[in-house]
Parts: sequence; structure tokens; C-alpha cells
Amino acid sequence: MLEDEYPDLDFIDIPTPSAMDRGEFLKLFGGGIFVLFTIGSPFTLKGQIGGGSRLPTDFNAFLRIGEDGKVTGFTGKIEMGQGVVTSLAQMLADELDVPLESVELIMGDTDLCPWDMGTWGSMTTRFFGPPFRNAAAEAKAVLLELAAEDLKLPISRLNVDAGVVFDKRNRKKQVTYAQLAKGKKIEKHIEQQPPVKNFSEFKLVNKPVLRRDAPEKVTGRAKFAGDIRLPGMLYARILRPPAHGAKLTSVDTSAVKDIKEAQVVRDGDLVAVLHKYPDVADKAIAKVKAKYDTPAMDVDDKTIFKHLLSAAKEEEIVASGGNLSEGRKASDSVFEEEYLNSYVAHATIETHTATAQIEEGRITVWASTQSPFGLKDEIAEELGMPSKDVRVITPYVGGGFGGKARNQQGVEAARLTKLTGKPVQVAWTRAEEFFYDSFRPAAVVKITSGITKSGKIALWDYGVYFAGDRGSEHFYDIPHHRTMAHGSGWQGGSGAHPFGTGPWRAPANNTNTFARESQMDIMASEAGMDPLEFRLKNLKNKKMRGVLEAAAKKFNWTPSKAPSGRGYGLACGTDSGTYVAHMAEVKVDKKSGKVLVKRVVCAQDMGLVINPEGAKLQVEGCITMGLGYALTEEVHFKGGEIYDRNFDTYEIPRFSWTPEIETVLIEAEDSPPQGGGEPAIVCMGGLIANAIFDATGARLYQLPMTPERIKDALQRD
Amino acid sequence: MEQTIRFTLNNKSRELKLDHERRLLWVLRTDIGLTGTKFGCGRGLCGACTVLVDEQPVRSCVYPISRARDKKVVTIEGLANNGQLHPLQKAFIEHDALQCGFCTPGMILNAYGLLRKNSQPTRQEIVQSMDRNLCRCGSYARIIKAVQTAGREMKGAK
Repeated sequence: MLEDEYPDLDFIDIPTPSAMDRGEFLKLFGGGIFVLFTIGSPFTLKGQIGGGSRLPTDFNAFLRIGEDGKVTGFTGKIEMGQGVVTSLAQMLADELDVPLESVELIMGDTDLCPWDMGTWGSMTTRFFGPPFRNAAAEAKAVLLELAAEDLKLPISRLNVDAGVVFDKRNRKKQVTYAQLAKGKKIEKHIEQQPPVKNFSEFKLVNKPVLRRDAPEKVTGRAKFAGDIRLPGMLYARILRPPAHGAKLTSVDTSAVKDIKEAQVVRDGDLVAVLHKYPDVADKAIAKVKAKYDTPAMDVDDKTIFKHLLSAAKEEEIVASGGNLSEGRKASDSVFEEEYLNSYVAHATIETHTATAQIEEGRITVWASTQSPFGLKDEIAEELGMPSKDVRVITPYVGGGFGGKARNQQGVEAARLTKLTGKPVQVAWTRAEEFFYDSFRPAAVVKITSGITKSGKIALWDYGVYFAGDRGSEHFYDIPHHRTMAHGSGWQGGSGAHPFGTGPWRAPANNTNTFARESQMDIMASEAGMDPLEFRLKNLKNKKMRGVLEAAAKKFNWTPSKAPSGRGYGLACGTDSGTYVAHMAEVKVDKKSGKVLVKRVVCAQDMGLVINPEGAKLQVEGCITMGLGYALTEEVHFKGGEIYDRNFDTYEIPRFSWTPEIETVLIEAEDSPPQGGGEPAIVCMGGLIANAIFDATGARLYQLPMTPERIKDALQRD
Repeated sequence: MEQTIRFTLNNKSRELKLDHERRLLWVLRTDIGLTGTKFGCGRGLCGACTVLVDEQPVRSCVYPISRARDKKVVTIEGLANNGQLHPLQKAFIEHDALQCGFCTPGMILNAYGLLRKNSQPTRQEIVQSMDRNLCRCGSYARIIKAVQTAGREMKGAK
């Protein structure tokens, strides 16, 4: 695998990796065979460690073969619906030649698992997968050596099936992994990468496997952070300001005493009420009278774009080639457009939740988090404790999408357990969830592009403001081009946003792909060309051509200049190393401005697919979720005051929106596996904008494409 | 006001002394400790907290415990029968009809209410009766198929 095959990454940096002392770790697990992985390959580091972090100095343990033959994989990654609980187990079981049922994973526990930066960026399979498979290959090599000794045969005579090593010539001569691991205590470190299986040897990888967590999740047994119950546990409600930036000036908690057994905790700006029932804590917090000094801020969801353009101080060139003025001269038609998108919430059904306990000075927090190690360090820092005295355990996470890379609730629970000495649960209400969400930033994209009479793109001058640069670089064949990123990335910068922003499923790429793919269709229409034909005429990238052609075949795309009245749209993009092309059919009710997305086809080239069923499920999830930011999702606000506080005004996709979805996974087993959790969402804005144009001739330049905006566009165009 | 309230929970009778205005969701999750029923929005808008009361799906986050008096409450923990998964539970597994799984208990119990009245619902009927249950991961297409499969199995069993 070449390092070049991976796009540059731009993720939050978590500075202090830590791992349990090796001796302690081995003591905890008794006998068996351990394969420990010490980070050595710079290639692996690129994905796992953000720029500037320090590396773990001791070891990262990846797996153990127990004396019962069970295989345990340890990973700092977490399961939030994306399905790595299944695909990682598939990789491990396949490489070791054991049944899938004998593999278990311990995930996101900072005491037991190797340090990990966080679960985001569709990186688990791409970057954690290779060392994980290497560790399994190493374990198998150790087991084969032991078996050769045991059976008194050369390794070349041995074969493995379902955890049983046997003589190729006499199957009865055999020994199981369990027998080999019995009474052993073997530590192995990987120094050089052992060979892993190739495609033709896979038994489980690339085969569809159903979710391994489903039985727990359909019976209510699956535990989420809010399902942890500890003796004497109290539920906290925290006093919240009316707006971001508001300062608490006075607080009166005297009326809380009317509520039996309610306990008030005050520590600086933290004012909380604790009770053994969360609903009673709710009532109690409502009795607290507080005054705030709220700064006046005029910016709102309508004026934000103008504000952002003026707030963009810094800029950087993401990519460039040729000469823009040459490009302009070569162009017969020039198009200058501006695209907008609003703030979007993560709106996971599970709100940010954490349960914390302090025992003998050591704090344990069960948290809904995408970054358990990040939370551990945040808690240690906020509470002034040594990092070793904090343990974060990550149960199942009820959706993340980038929003649970922020861990405020975990720190709040840890503070409250430290202050009270009792176990405390902090589970945000829906209103808190909307208020403290790190929204996908509002953003602006400006594009000036030009084409020749024959429909070749000659000029591409692209500038993105505040979304971030992921997915901003075009992949078309354009001689004169420049891509600029203005302002800060999705984390926001000072003076940019009135509240927190952050990564949202395929951060920046949704904004960038909407703008780029809309612009492509504008040019195609002007050139009098079919949008697919226009793209292919301006595209050399083989993978992108491959997905476009595969989508067209599945969709049964027939060429026509837009608007054709059919309501067909297409868009393509790339994210996390994966290529996607989507085609859709929509129906627009011109009177109400409502859009019904009837059908979406997606072709995806993600390299080797570990679990085709899981990959399809992610594509379907991306398409369905993406309908929301395309059509309705928009956070309304004035200054630091957030108006949308629940699902009544903030509309996320529903059953009735669900289109017919067809997914084509390109067979690309010779390419390394790429990301699967995010790519298929990036096209949804451009896809539907282009389909609306094809249906009606109205061009939408702003996400979400609400009925009001569609009616306006219909009148304008 | 504290009252004694009796009801049947997953086929076992329960008697609790509590403030009768408290919502069923929190009584289930905290007083009783059955955590399969989830909190999502607190206003009956998302359906994560759906349970059955006398076989009808209700939103337990807005349902006062007093209304459950002398009624039969079934939560996700009570749906399997003697260790045998309900056809809906099996169908959700077979269709991979979930991702993070947080909305799943509410989805299954809401679908139960539909299938009780109509074991062979059309796609449109499923969409209509499930439309107020939200899944952020976007598993709707598979849930529709799972409900249809479960309906067929339930009908066959009769």
C-alpha cells in the first residue's frame, strides 16, 4: 500500500497518548498468547496520529488467544452504528482461521485498549485494519510454530481450519488453538510485517456478514452510556445559559429545597441539581432562578454568510495548476456563482451522555464518545488529576457522525462525581443537545469557471469559506485551475461563528461537493450537453469514470440536456479514499415547493470491501441521512441563541422520505480498503439540486433546499 | 402526589408507590431499572421511548404512570417469549435493519402495534404508521423490509 493513496488528513490532535503498563495488562488477562504491536511504521502513524502528537512509548496490544481458544481483539475504536464491531472481527477471524463466533472485541476502554486518536474520518478499516491484520497474522505464525513442535511436523506440513491445526496428509493428527495456548504465557512483538492473506485466501473478508451487535440491540440488552446503573447513583441536571456567550450574574437555588432529596452542587460556573430520578432533577433545575448578561449579537441565520465572508482573514491555496488568466482567455463562456449552506446539527438520537464514578481517588466514566482517550485526557486536565487515575469506558454509542468527538458531558459527569463522591449520570436533554452541538459550519463557496465551445472546461477558480478544505480539490481534467480555502476549517476560528462548530459526517466535503457538482451541471446545461457526457468529457480519473459508468448502467441513464423535465440528477465525489457517483430521480411539486426523492442509485469504489453487507448499509444510511441536509436541516439562531431545540422545528429524514436505494459496490479487491462511513453522503446536496433543476429548470444555490427556497427559485428562473 | 400504582410489566405484576404524574419512561428506566426503553427527545417526537400499553404503542416519555394503572405494559425486554425472539426481532437481525441501535426498541414496538392490526401491511401502510419514529442512521429502507418479513412470519404462525 502506498502512502500516496491516502488523502491528507486534517483531524483534531489529541496530545497525550497513554497505555497501561505492560506488566499490569498481562496480569489482568492471565495466560494465553498475546501479540503486541509497537508502532513502527510511519505509514500506520499517518492515520492514527495527528500532526504533532507524541507517540505511545510502551506498546499497543492488539490481540490475545486465550486458553479457551477464544480470540480477543483490543481496539481503542468504538462502535456507533458504523459496523466495525463486525468488520474488525471478520478481519481478525479470517487472518487467524478461526470461526467468527470465537472472536470478541474489547472497544474504547482506555485501561485495556491501545491508545487511539478517535473514531472518525472513516479511518478504522483504512488505518487500524492493516496493523490489526498483521497482529493476527503474527499470532497465527506463533500458533503454527507451537503446533509444529507439538505435532512434531514441519510447519509446511500444517494447515489450519476453524482454530484447529492439522497435518495436511492426515487430518486426524491435529491440535487446537486452545490446546496450544493452554498454560502458555507468550508475548510476541511485531517488528516486521508478516505476510497477510491475499484475496484468494479469504474465507470471511469480502463476504457479507450480518451485524454482530444486532441480537443485543433488538432485545434491549445492549448497553449505552445512559444504561449504566450504579448503586446510589444520582442524575444531574445542569443550569444552562439562554445563549452562547451569556455570563451568569446571579443565581438563587433556594427554591430547590421544595423538592425532596434534591441536592444542589455549585462549583464556579457549574450549577447542578442532583436527584435519584432524572425527571425529578428536571423539576428541580426549573426552580433555580438565574440571571445572565447576554451580549447583543445581530448575526442570524440569514446574515451569517455576509458575516463569514468579511470574517475570513486567512487563506491558503489547496491546489493549483496552469494560469487563471490563460484559462479565462481560453473560455468561451464564464460562470460566476456563489453557493451557501446553513448550520446543520448532528442530532443523534442518543444525546451526549456519561455516567461517572469515583472510587479510591480513581474516576471511571462510561461515555457516549468518539474519542475515549481524548476524553480521558480532558478529564485529567480539567480536574487536575493524573491521567492514570482516569478510565473511560465506551459502551455502544447511539450515533456520532462527528458530534461525539466533543466530550463536554463526560467532563461534567467527572466533575460532579468528584464534587459529590457519588456516582453521577449526566444525560443531556434534547434541548441541551441542540444547544451544545458542534454544528456543521455555515459556509460559502465561490466558483468562477469557464468552458470552450466544444464543452471542455478551461478555467476553474474555486474558493471555499469556513467549511474546510476536505473535498474541495476537483478531480476533473482542467488545464487552468486554483482551489483556495478561506477562513478557518470546520472547527471555526475566533470571530467566525457565534457557537461551536465541528466535524459533521464527511466534514467540508458535503459543502464542497454540492458547490462543485452544481457548477458542473450549470456548465453542462449551458454547453447543451448531457451532464454525464459533460463530466466524462472532462474526466480522466479512472476510478471516478468507473463509478459514473457503473451508476449510469444501474440507473439506466439516457442522455439528455437538462432541464429535461424527467427530474434526473447526478453527482460524483471522493472522500476517505473512496469514489462515489450517485444518480437520482425526484418529483417536485411546483405549487408547494416540496421535493420527493423517488430513487437513488449509488456506485461506490472503496477498494477491497471487508463486509459488503455492512458497506451497503452505510451507503443507504449516508443517502438517507443526506436527504436531511439537502432538503430541510438548518439551525435557526440569533446571535448565541439557538431557536431549534427539538425535532419539531429541526426536521430530520423520516420513513416517508425514503427513496428506493440501489447500491453497486465496484469489485476492486486489488486495491487496499478505503473509507465506508462517510463517502456516500457527500453527493446528496449536488445530486438533488441537479435533479430539481432537471425537473423544473430552477437552480438552487443554497442548502437546505427548503420548499420556500424552491418556490423562490421557480419564480426567479 | 404519591400513590400506589399497580400494573403488569412484561407479564409480571408490579406495585409502586410514587408520584402519579411521573412519566412511564423514567419509572421504567430508573425505578425499575429496565434500560431497553430509550430517551430521545422528551416530547414524544422521536419514538425512541415507545412501549406497549395494552398492546398499543405509546410514547413513554410523555405518558404519566397513572395512566398505566391496571394495564399491561410490555417493553423491549419483554417481547421475546421464553427465550424465543419475536418475529420482529428476528427480522431486524436478518435484514441488518439497524445501525447504532438506539431507536431500535421503539421501532420494533411501534411496528408491533401495526402488525397486530394488520399483519400484511403495504409499504405505504408501514411508512404511514412508522413515520413518527426517527432513525438518524438512516435504516428506514431495511426496517420497512423487516416489518414486512415479520408480518409474513406472524401470519404464517397463526
